[in-house]
Amino acid sequence: MTPIVVIDHVSRHYRGGTTALDDVSTALQTDTITGLLGRNGAGKSTLMRIITGQEFVSSGSVRVDGQNPLENDAVLGRMMFVKESQVYPDIKVKRALEAASWFYPGWDAELADQLMRDFDLPANRALKKLSRGMHSAVGIVIGLAARAEITLFDEPYLGLDAVARQIFYDRLLADYAEHPRTILLSTHLIDEVANLLEHVIVIDRGRIVVDANADDLRGRAVIVSGRASAVDEFIAHRDVLVRQGLGSMATATINGPLDDLARARAREMNLDLGPVSLQEFVVRSSGDQRERISA
Amino acid sequence: MLDEGSPLFLQIADQLVSDIVDGTLAEGDRVPSTNEFAAFHRINPATAAKGINLLVDDGILEKRRGIGMFVVTGARDRLIDLRRKEFAEQYVDPLVTEARRIGIDTELLIEMIRHPPDRTRSVPSPHTIHPSEEGEAS
Repeated sequence: MTPIVVIDHVSRHYRGGTTALDDVSTALQTDTITGLLGRNGAGKSTLMRIITGQEFVSSGSVRVDGQNPLENDAVLGRMMFVKESQVYPDIKVKRALEAASWFYPGWDAELADQLMRDFDLPANRALKKLSRGMHSAVGIVIGLAARAEITLFDEPYLGLDAVARQIFYDRLLADYAEHPRTILLSTHLIDEVANLLEHVIVIDRGRIVVDANADDLRGRAVIVSGRASAVDEFIAHRDVLVRQGLGSMATATINGPLDDLARARAREMNLDLGPVSLQEFVVRSSGDQRERISA
Repeated sequence: MLDEGSPLFLQIADQLVSDIVDGTLAEGDRVPSTNEFAAFHRINPATAAKGINLLVDDGILEKRRGIGMFVVTGARDRLIDLRRKEFAEQYVDPLVTEARRIGIDTELLIEMIRHPPDRTRSVPSPHTIHPSEEGEAS
């Protein structure tokens, strides 16, 4: 795998002492869908703005295909950034699509038309007269139809209902399957997108706490439950994310994975092992300043 | 369908294996493409490919250039063999472990499988025990 975006020890401090990103290093692999997960204010949007050259770094470096994206038209023309609250000029929807088609060489007008129908968007309405959900849908239409080599979606679904979000996920997958490209999707609807992701980055308070293949994460964290004494014996010397007790019973979430031997041992000790969803894993991992988990 | 907790590519591979074992997919059949799997299960195509490639590596599926992926001749017998080994590990071993734990010896266990006892009555004890200790199990 080759990285197309490399973020090397990037920090971003604001005046007044706020630190948005604190020594962040990661990479986006070519033609993968990466999820950028974390709580509000964790630094997701800042990282995306830095990748797309819309914000300066305080220290460290960002390289997109080996180049600095800042004021670099050659690189910026290969990137599409759909923001949470995109501001458009006061024009009709179809004019906005037209303008995007001039800018992106890979623009697919047919796909744009199809998506307009999928989202039931009025081509002749002025952008500022659209509802919140329709406004988001326009961003998604442009984001997908541009077929930019690197596409970043920052919480692109504000105001979209569950049906419209599912249309977005389905169209994203279908078009990605036919035209693989690098996609970074920031979201806090983790359960909804978990299966779409090949790679997962979790940011917590400006730091990366998880940077791993989605399949490696799935099945790695395990919930152990049973008699407290047995649970404690089992989780000793393991990476425990959280432990809760109730009387003589206890449950603990551990960062595995558990091999067959450990599973057999748990069975002998009369312990139940249960899976942990990606969402639970992220929530557990974002709780405190944990060591970076990588695979 | 797919569940949380175990890697999706393993679930894709498991599902294909089940389909081959129960004959839904016959030897020589074309299996769905990576993109068909991805669209159907709403998962990343790379994940689907990983599951399919697992079976290619195991010699269960073969790639025919430009046409697609097919079930290899003899795949079913090999998978059934494998399934039987897994059956021993996943079902028989825990069964024996639990039986030992509650004092059921091998002979009684075999007897219980051969002639399932009437479950409404208490389980017969391997050794004659005092009547006062009986009647708890149901």
